[in-house]
Amino acid sequence: MKSDIVLSGVGGQGILSIATIIGLAAIENDLFLKQSEVHGMSQRGGDVQSHLRLSGKPISSDLIPYGKADLIISVEPMESLRHLPWLSKSGWLVTNSTPFINIDDYPPVEEILKEIRKIKNHKIIDADAIAKNAGSSRSGNIVILGAASNYIDLPFKSLENAVAKIFEKKGDEIAEVNIKALRAGREA
Amino acid sequence: MQKLLLLGDEAIALGAIDAGLSGMYAYPGTPSTEIMEYIQSSKEAVERGIHREWSANEKTALETALGMSYAGKRAMAAMKHVGLNVAADPFINSAVTGINGGLIVVAADDPSMHSSQNEQDSRFYGKFSFVPVFEPSNQQEAYDMVFDAFDLSEKFKIPVLFRITTRLAHSRAAVKRRSPEPEKPFHLPSDLRQFVLLPAIARRKYKALLSTYESLKYDNRLSKYNFFRDGKNRKIGVITCGIAYNYLMENFPEGGPDFPVLKITTYPFPKDIIKDLTRRCEEVLVLEEGYPIVEEGLRGILDNNLKIIGRLDGAVPREGELNPSIVAKAVGIKSDPLFKVPEVVKTRPPSFCKGCGHSDTFNAIIEALKPYKSDGVFSDIGCYTLAALPPYSIINSCVDMGASVTMAIGAADAGLHPSVAVIGDSTFTHSGLTGLLDAVVKNSPVTIIISDNGTTGMTGGQKSHATGRLEKICEGLGVAPEHIRSIIPLRKYHEDNIRIMQEEFDFKGVSVIISTRECIQTASRRNKAESSENKGKD
Repeated sequence: MKSDIVLSGVGGQGILSIATIIGLAAIENDLFLKQSEVHGMSQRGGDVQSHLRLSGKPISSDLIPYGKADLIISVEPMESLRHLPWLSKSGWLVTNSTPFINIDDYPPVEEILKEIRKIKNHKIIDADAIAKNAGSSRSGNIVILGAASNYIDLPFKSLENAVAKIFEKKGDEIAEVNIKALRAGREA
Repeated sequence: MQKLLLLGDEAIALGAIDAGLSGMYAYPGTPSTEIMEYIQSSKEAVERGIHREWSANEKTALETALGMSYAGKRAMAAMKHVGLNVAADPFINSAVTGINGGLIVVAADDPSMHSSQNEQDSRFYGKFSFVPVFEPSNQQEAYDMVFDAFDLSEKFKIPVLFRITTRLAHSRAAVKRRSPEPEKPFHLPSDLRQFVLLPAIARRKYKALLSTYESLKYDNRLSKYNFFRDGKNRKIGVITCGIAYNYLMENFPEGGPDFPVLKITTYPFPKDIIKDLTRRCEEVLVLEEGYPIVEEGLRGILDNNLKIIGRLDGAVPREGELNPSIVAKAVGIKSDPLFKVPEVVKTRPPSFCKGCGHSDTFNAIIEALKPYKSDGVFSDIGCYTLAALPPYSIINSCVDMGASVTMAIGAADAGLHPSVAVIGDSTFTHSGLTGLLDAVVKNSPVTIIISDNGTTGMTGGQKSHATGRLEKICEGLGVAPEHIRSIIPLRKYHEDNIRIMQEEFDFKGVSVIISTRECIQTASRRNKAESSENKGKD
């Protein structure tokens, strides 16, 4: 088993939570894992990415080579395109359709979606709306993870366990809402 | 023992705790910050009472660590690469004094400058100071090496440098823990003159240091981490330093490369291990993060006509961090065509958070400067450096910690008016104080604006030494109390703040404006923590 995942978004959108959840699920399944994170200056509203590598065998590099990612998971549509050179020609791109606009020259969303649709294996969902329906407008990142879970070779139950575990500190209610968001994303 | 999922930074921190650390000293700086943060939040560190308070800057951190070493206990100082410049004086001299309790200095380099002003290579400081360097290639090695580094440090009475780069510092992987070792007992150095670098003593100590440096390269604690892997294909041999090894192996997932590989993760190393490789191969490729230090050394020590390739001849880019794709190209692996980033994708630079106090401070500064036809202000290192970008575009310098104050003095000397510096609270106590004292002594016509958000913001909100002390510090340094002005950067005080700034620009002496409002990030974390605490009480 090998799954090389590029996570992308804007600083503060919760991509590290996605990474943590997949990481926990990977450990539950005794997989090797490397997860490269972005800290520091770029976290202030800039574009951020994280490389997450899961494998049944030991992993060499902390970074995914260009053209080798099996999956791009993006919580923001324009950011999903920024990391395309990493995506394998047979890889999947799963992205939120709701833009995060904090720059003046943000392009029309339709132009971005048009580019995304040029990738053969793509999935575009309105994670913000789905999250709201599931009961928490702040769980868009978990919805996206749910949608991407179809393309990660991990038991869905392990992801649910991991979501429960990282939100348990915040109370049962919040944990349940997030599991609901994860399921809603998977079915979207 | 248990396995933990740790950042490279955290692996070093846990290694230090388990190797009997007694004191951790650091100033926050990407990508090194999480070393101290891990120790601060570690249950074991708290129970054992490991000293773990942030220092004012990297120099004070390293000197304090040296003091703990003097008293026989194990100490660690951590900083980003440019922090080692600040601490260079005690670092280089601590090699000459030698140590008592084990001393590790961690420098986290940032090739490609993800969050830095340069991409200097800290291994250079190892050579420069005659200090051994450990450059772990993965998280497990980072953890394990701490034990050997402390032992080596104590055996040879020498500080040890740990060099990591961003990708190891900020990447997580599983780390297997060892059983912890007890802390060292308090014991003063057997020779109490050891730390007295009077010339007569320093000359003797320096001579001893040179001979130590020659002999330690054969010590197993260093040499066991350098590893030679033979191969049948003798056309090329590859030397990898630190994490470059991973990038090479990534390209040979089935059984590894067929050519010889020498993995170097500790310095200095004996020439013999290089010769094992070089005498077998027609050409040698050197892969290292940062400067071509080994490559240059190799070109110097080889007297045959061996072809050496690497950063110096362009086989590997001269600057920037390595990655698997750069390495693939260097070893001649062809890559398939890639997806391109479509033109519709725009750059998204970092920006001030919504509601950030710095942005209101800069809005007032921009307005206040208008009548003076000013070209902008000097500034410093922190979140507020983002005012170099539109729509502010008001700061004209970001050089090193504290340089805004002193550059403003120099420019005022040359006739610039108003000569204004904008510096953060933590940067001010890091290295702005001494510059302000210079300004006071010569009564320089400068206005120093301290944008005080009550935290070290850019690195994630660590405690600031300045909080609650700024007025008194400035007064104590000799700034006239009537020219220490306190303002609150909020829209409703905008006009007042402009007026106060202009009054001080017009004053032909030293003035300080302290613009205080809590960082929006730390405020929101504090509010969350307080509300969950209150919930607990209900």
